[in-house]
Amino acid sequence: MAEWEPRIIVIACHWCTYQGADLAGSLRYSYPPSIHIVRVPCSGRVEPEFITEAIKSGADGVFVGGCHFGDCHYRSGNYNTIKRFNLLKRALVDLGLEDERVKLEWISGSEGKKFAEEMTVFDAKIRELGPNPIKGGANV
Amino acid sequence: MSKPKLAYYLAGGCGGCDIAVVDLSETLVDVALAVDIVFWAPTVADAKYKDLEAMPDGSIDVGLITGNVRNSEHDHIVKVMRKKCKVLIAYGICATSGGIKSLVNLYTTEQLLDKAYVDTMSTDNPDKVIPQTSCIVDSKYDLTLPALFDAKPLDQVVSVDYYIGGCPPHYDHVKTAFTALLTGQLPPPGSWITSGKALCEVCGRNPVLTGKPKKFTTTIKRTFEGTPTEGACLLEEGYLCLGPITQGDCGVKCPNANMPCRGCGGPIPGVKDFGTRAISAIASMLEKEELVDEIPDPVHLFYRYTLAGSALGKKLNR
Ligand code: SF4
Ligand code: SF4
Ligand code: SF4
Ligand code: FES
Repeated sequence: MAEWEPRIIVIACHWCTYQGADLAGSLRYSYPPSIHIVRVPCSGRVEPEFITEAIKSGADGVFVGGCHFGDCHYRSGNYNTIKRFNLLKRALVDLGLEDERVKLEWISGSEGKKFAEEMTVFDAKIRELGPNPIKGGANV
Repeated sequence: MSKPKLAYYLAGGCGGCDIAVVDLSETLVDVALAVDIVFWAPTVADAKYKDLEAMPDGSIDVGLITGNVRNSEHDHIVKVMRKKCKVLIAYGICATSGGIKSLVNLYTTEQLLDKAYVDTMSTDNPDKVIPQTSCIVDSKYDLTLPALFDAKPLDQVVSVDYYIGGCPPHYDHVKTAFTALLTGQLPPPGSWITSGKALCEVCGRNPVLTGKPKKFTTTIKRTFEGTPTEGACLLEEGYLCLGPITQGDCGVKCPNANMPCRGCGGPIPGVKDFGTRAISAIASMLEKEELVDEIPDPVHLFYRYTLAGSALGKKLNR
């Protein structure tokens, strides 16, 4: 059987984290090929269902990136994001998902280096955790 | 014209949904006169599975199934029902979404059997006998029992034409649904039979209905803590009411009795995963992030009636 390679979904706000990823690219900071970026207009647009659907579809990790507090293009989107994300995460952990499989981080458009570093660390963490327990069929 | 034929099957449910039909009282008489009940098992009519199996495919106009699909017998009969019925309805939240009884998916079948038959204080079972799918009694009688598996909503097993929420559905709503059925005034297949309004939209406690703004939730309260202010929105007062995302077909039963809605009515149109959307709606109403950690047991609160139908469907790594 082929070696398992993680599939990581990064849901990135257009105004910050997505720009950060872009900058990382132009500055040639490398990050792992397991990262698949989905762009959203604002992290506040990330419904908890996006995260559960990604996990159900077999994503090994889900990373949500938004603007720092005070920088959200729509003013309060990210304040809403953190409440929803944290509550969803509590439920997911109670449902047996590992705490570190989903992550929320603020990365601005000028933080290309931070983006690359965050991706590298997250990828390493997911490799340590192994495949998504739904996909791996662990105890189905 | 001959009367429409109706079949009713109680799978992994409690019988409460059947009682909701009986609660129709005089209307039930009208319904009973208007339809020909060809099968109603195991509660109301004396019918055998083989009678249902012998009926021609597609010969029954409407089939109602209540309860979730939880064992091999349910699995078999709902498939037979699907073949025999032109229109199949998931009736009650167990059938539509798993129901409160699908919280069993937090445990494995082995863990549940162990809890029920071995590991309770009041159990006296030194030989640790637990139900088996087959056994021989007196060395000649071969007895079988259905095999248990994780609870599933009906549409994970067969295709469903209509959904009716509620645990059980309120009899006024059942009346509306039966009237729609008998007069052929049904929404497009695949829909929920509902007013389409959220509970909040019909709740007398909703400040928005009297032109006042809806305030953030500033504190988290358990139902036994304090008494809600008369007429005030329970969610504003800290009682985590799921009215914003629940169908309002029950006559606002819980908020009218000072209790927050727990979502038995099912999701408002457009929402697939009730629990996850409930998390979104309630988190958005919290005044500050810190309150998130004060919410006790989010799984039992938000997925109380819909765990089996949710994205994960069960606990992982049980
Ligand atoms: S929906 Fe409620 S009343 Fe109906 S069968 Fe399920 S548990 Fe019983
Ligand atoms: S949250 Fe509950 S109490 Fe408040 S308006 Fe909605 S249904 Fe009524
Ligand atoms: S208020 Fe909510 S929980 Fe109570 S009966 Fe109505 S839908 Fe069900
Ligand atoms: S615009 Fe980036 S989080 Fe709202």
